[in-house]
Amino acid sequence: MVSEIRDERVRSVSRLSRLLSRPELGAAAGTVLVFVFFAITAGGTGLFSAKGIINFLEVSAQLGILAAPVALLMIAGEFDLSVGSMIGFAGILIAIPAVFWGWPIWLSLLFTFAVCGGIGALNGLAVVRTGLPSFIVTLGSLFMLRGLTLGLTRGISGRTQVSGVHELAQNDPLNSLFSGQVFSGLIAWLSNIGLIGKRADGLPSISGIPVSIVWWIVLTLACTWLLTRSRFGNWIFAAGGEANAARNLGVPVARTKITLFVMTALAAALFAAIQVLVTGSADTLRGTQKEFEAIIAVVIGGTLLTGGYGSAIGAMFGALIFGVVQMGIFYTGIDTDWFKLFMGAMMVIAVLFNSYVRNRAMRSR
Amino acid sequence: MFSLAKLAKPALGLLAGFTMMAAATTLAAADETRVVFVTHGQSGDPYWSVVKNGMDDAAKTLGVKAEYLAPETFDMAKMGQMIDAIAASKPDGMVVSIPDAAALSTPVKNAVAAGIPVIVIDSGGSKLTHDLGGLLFMGQDEFQAGVMAGERIKVLGLTKAVCANHEVGNSSLDDRCAGFAKGLGVDVPVMNGVIDPTEMKNRVIAYMTAHADTQFILAVGARGAEPTLAALDELGLAGKVKTGTFDLSPTILQAVVAGKMEWGIDAQQYAMGYIPVAMFDLWKKYKIMPIADYPTGPGFVTKDTAASVIELSKLGKR
Repeated sequence: MVSEIRDERVRSVSRLSRLLSRPELGAAAGTVLVFVFFAITAGGTGLFSAKGIINFLEVSAQLGILAAPVALLMIAGEFDLSVGSMIGFAGILIAIPAVFWGWPIWLSLLFTFAVCGGIGALNGLAVVRTGLPSFIVTLGSLFMLRGLTLGLTRGISGRTQVSGVHELAQNDPLNSLFSGQVFSGLIAWLSNIGLIGKRADGLPSISGIPVSIVWWIVLTLACTWLLTRSRFGNWIFAAGGEANAARNLGVPVARTKITLFVMTALAAALFAAIQVLVTGSADTLRGTQKEFEAIIAVVIGGTLLTGGYGSAIGAMFGALIFGVVQMGIFYTGIDTDWFKLFMGAMMVIAVLFNSYVRNRAMRSR
Repeated sequence: MFSLAKLAKPALGLLAGFTMMAAATTLAAADETRVVFVTHGQSGDPYWSVVKNGMDDAAKTLGVKAEYLAPETFDMAKMGQMIDAIAASKPDGMVVSIPDAAALSTPVKNAVAAGIPVIVIDSGGSKLTHDLGGLLFMGQDEFQAGVMAGERIKVLGLTKAVCANHEVGNSSLDDRCAGFAKGLGVDVPVMNGVIDPTEMKNRVIAYMTAHADTQFILAVGARGAEPTLAALDELGLAGKVKTGTFDLSPTILQAVVAGKMEWGIDAQQYAMGYIPVAMFDLWKKYKIMPIADYPTGPGFVTKDTAASVIELSKLGKR
């Protein structure tokens, strides 16, 4: 029978071991480990109540929005250290035209996304044209953007924080896209039947799911699709694996990388839009160290620092671990002076566990 | 690839141009009073931003040349080097903050020895200033301001408090927390926060969930106060759990007006920028200098007074 004749070059791999060799497996295992740890140390303190869950998911979501495109960029073999200061810069670009020049919020949002995308393209162009490491090029933009942000803001407003965005954004068509909440009706119903706790004043403990969490999930799925199901995804792996070989095969390496730099810059602008519209203010120091947190999340998520291997789902788990550890410590009652020691240790343990699981999985193949 | 040699020539030309321009300005401004600020607070900090506004306004009004310098991180070694470098440039007056006496005493002493008049602002205090040969100290004693905040809370009968510090390790913020505990007369835990507003807000929510008996939250700056207000709003505790803060911002003042916040403590740091410029101008022209220290704070801005300073806060004067 024809179906019994098999090409001896094709090895049969079971579904289980194929699953085990996925880059996000270790991160998923690390996530489980972290959840188990907090279930034991902080189980009864409200960390896993509706309010507590939204609490850490909101922190994870904002980081995750940044981490998904950063993962793609790192798989393509480049870094973007400018995303942190891009957040502060974008926030100011949204707030100043709205507060001082009377622009409607939707217009200053469009303006901000356009400018940030342009700067992302410049970052990318500088990297592919000069041949300098992106670590250096974007380290330069990190400082330049911070200085530009401070100079512009102080020059125009005389302060370093611009507030008053809440009042202006109230009736804006784009406001609920960035600062709104979803499933409010469902939450109210769940609260009525007693599944979600109530506040002291009788209202449900949460009034909905922050829209940033939806952005996080949608963006991660979109990046995953791009990476694993599109031609562009193949280009990303090829550019990060062996750029010269890829170029010889006709992969547009430069274009791929520039596109990815635009994507990370746009993600930073999205982060800023969410934070400015939720808090109602912009601050020149927003986004400080987010570039490192994004890289940490991506690395916890199983992406290699050297490029060529990784996933966007993994970055999602990385951001989730980060958010849970960040917030979970407050519920454990540990003296918060030890916070960073504890956080660093949890990170290293999560990554070690991650690579241990992955190595076991790879060996068993 | 670009060649460095090709770039070097125009770069050298530019450099020469700048040098000549700098020389020309120095010559033209020989009679102009020149005051230099070297502080530990970047002008990007909302608090120091107001100091710099005071300095800029005074310089413009009085026709004085004023410069503002600060290391980009909390780096005392670098700040000491900056003081040395500025002293060597012989300004008519130098304004410094001294958050770390051990690291900065020598540079300040050397500047005084080189004949530069020095005014100390914000941190350092009166005794240290005069020990080092400074002319006078201007500012708010952070520990004492914290004590006064604590005493106000003690009078209200609140004992379960927390100090929400958005930048632990910054000595003046630590002093505010420590003074508060002294004034209240009980142990006050410090909640370690961050500058990121979402994380700060969610940490306050987490802290309040784990310590539901907390009656008062002290924020030690605008970057901690605004997320604290948002957290209390989300928890449905706004106005029920009392809160107060150091420093002002339009959002803080609106919350004070609305009764969601007890008070904001104003160090009136605009004066720390403005007055030394005026004093050094008088010193250079007429050898006039006040003979006593100048405490600028703490000024408590409460519900009665908050509304009147909101506009000033938007302009970066309060």
